[in-house]
Amino acid sequence: MDADKHFVVGIYDDEDVLLDAIRKVRSSGVKIQEVYSPFPVHGIDEALGYKRTRLPIAAFLFGMTGTILALVMQIWMLGYDWPMIIGGKNFASLPPFIPVTFELTVLLSALGMVGTFMIVSDMKPYKWPRQFDIRSTDDKHVMAVDLAVNASKSKDEVKRILKESGASEVNEKSFE
Amino acid sequence: MQVVSAIREPLITGTKTLKDVSHDISRQVEGKPTRLWWMAFGVSLALLSWGAYCCWMLLWHGIGVWGLNKTVGWAWDITNFVWWVGIGHAGTLISAILLLFRQRWRMSINRAAEAMTIFAVICAASFPGFHMGRLWLGFYWALPLPNTFGSLWVNFNSPLLWDVFAISTYFTVSLVFWYMGLIPDFAVIRDRAVVQGNKIRALAYNALSFGWQGGAKTWMRYESVALILAGLSTPLVLSVHTIVSFDFATSVIPGWHTTIFPPYFVAGAIFSGFAMVLTLLLVTRKVFKLEQYITVYHIELMNIIIIITGSIVGIAYITELFISWYSRVPYEGYAFYNRVQGPYAWAYWSMMTCNVISPQLFWIKKIRTSIVATFVLSIIVNIGMWFERFVIIVTSIHRDYIPSSWTMFYPTMYDVGQYIFTFGIFFTAFFLFAKFFPVINMAEVKSILKSTSEKK
Repeated sequence: MDADKHFVVGIYDDEDVLLDAIRKVRSSGVKIQEVYSPFPVHGIDEALGYKRTRLPIAAFLFGMTGTILALVMQIWMLGYDWPMIIGGKNFASLPPFIPVTFELTVLLSALGMVGTFMIVSDMKPYKWPRQFDIRSTDDKHVMAVDLAVNASKSKDEVKRILKESGASEVNEKSFE
Repeated sequence: MQVVSAIREPLITGTKTLKDVSHDISRQVEGKPTRLWWMAFGVSLALLSWGAYCCWMLLWHGIGVWGLNKTVGWAWDITNFVWWVGIGHAGTLISAILLLFRQRWRMSINRAAEAMTIFAVICAASFPGFHMGRLWLGFYWALPLPNTFGSLWVNFNSPLLWDVFAISTYFTVSLVFWYMGLIPDFAVIRDRAVVQGNKIRALAYNALSFGWQGGAKTWMRYESVALILAGLSTPLVLSVHTIVSFDFATSVIPGWHTTIFPPYFVAGAIFSGFAMVLTLLLVTRKVFKLEQYITVYHIELMNIIIIITGSIVGIAYITELFISWYSRVPYEGYAFYNRVQGPYAWAYWSMMTCNVISPQLFWIKKIRTSIVATFVLSIIVNIGMWFERFVIIVTSIHRDYIPSSWTMFYPTMYDVGQYIFTFGIFFTAFFLFAKFFPVINMAEVKSILKSTSEKK
């Protein structure tokens, strides 16, 4: 069997049953590929043992880039490159530069974070997703188990574990 | 496992299942547009084309076609600019601030409110753009670009330039936030199109959804992004109207030079924005039969926000009057005396009636739960908020320091046409949105369905 091609797919109707099932399936030694849900289920990341995302750090770094860029731009342009007397004020005074600095901080932070999210989640407009079950965006939670990763267990054993964990359906899915 | 709250009213009525939610919201995207939609869209296009003609005349002849004169250099254009920006604020308040406060009732209304924000900001931005006269040179005047004058940079001390950055950042971040919310819902429509065998729609909505799959890891990141975007948008939305108010507050014109402006403008913005959300949603829920998602309870909660912000605005008006007397500055005193008693007193008192008195009617439960009363009052509030900006802008400058410069402002057909143009943009965009995009955030509604919906 080739890796990433043959899967057992468990369908769950209810998010609380699903959370319980993830714990059961993982404790019985089956490695879960991913769980697909129509809406964010709270606590699913802990149940699956995912580490917290580092996107907030990315947002902070992009934000700081914006702050520095805005300050350098304004101080250089009005303070050094072409100093002009405006209302008798200092050439490079900080208070009037705060609004633009704030706006550019927010802008770069937001765009940078969303861009990072798109890249790490591999989201592209021309990508057709590998769907384990078409209902996973509608009303079902779909648990995918890669058989190649769980080579120590037979297909029937995995199916039995998923069924006992509360799946309303257990199917097989293969990709060409 | 059913979790039903005994103390809270259900947010979604009519014993919906997850499948019903997908069906009810996607249905209007999948079906053919109704005759009512075509009629509404046609009217919007008519407004847009008439407005486009007026814009063309403005660009061809210059802003002399407007009714501005040497005393009143700012009038309808800036009034409309501030009015539209203000309307935009409610969308961000609903989607960002209410998210941080964990208010679940926002989930049925945030999509349409954010769309309204984006379209309103486009309308707003068009006014300062056209007021520049030569729109095509606007890039050089408004952005710090090297230019033929030897890199004479823009003036970062000017609140008008702060506006450029505030409005463009606000537009971009709102657009990104709104689009992030749409991604999972586009995937719902894509998968329904696959089941229905509509290949073109499946491909189109897949592209729009960036190949969304809804894996747990992606959802985890997605929620983190949404929370941080809300955290960024909250100070952003407050900063935008603060900076808009700086256009006036940092000047030395009596009636504008007021420290109360930033909070007063923000409250007014949310006030008018909620009124516009109500106007739009009351029509949308009727046309698309979404009464079980946008319930009377939602409408009541929005009306309560209108009472609060309307009262803040009322207190601000009274504080302004009091301070103009208490400060003993004759110019300030005259500016306000002239507002209340002068030739524009009719505008001042229309503003007072619409903004201070009319929202107080919502203290009566029967009125704030009545659809008809809410619809009428929401329009009255927006008329009042338009007058507020007009009163602040025109009455403060039409009686200059020298009585020989005293004058009145009379709008021309092109002032009106420019305003109509933005209504054309706004409604055309909103009707296209309502037809091709899911008007309610399905993923969020599904996530609260178990705990806050009506049970069989």
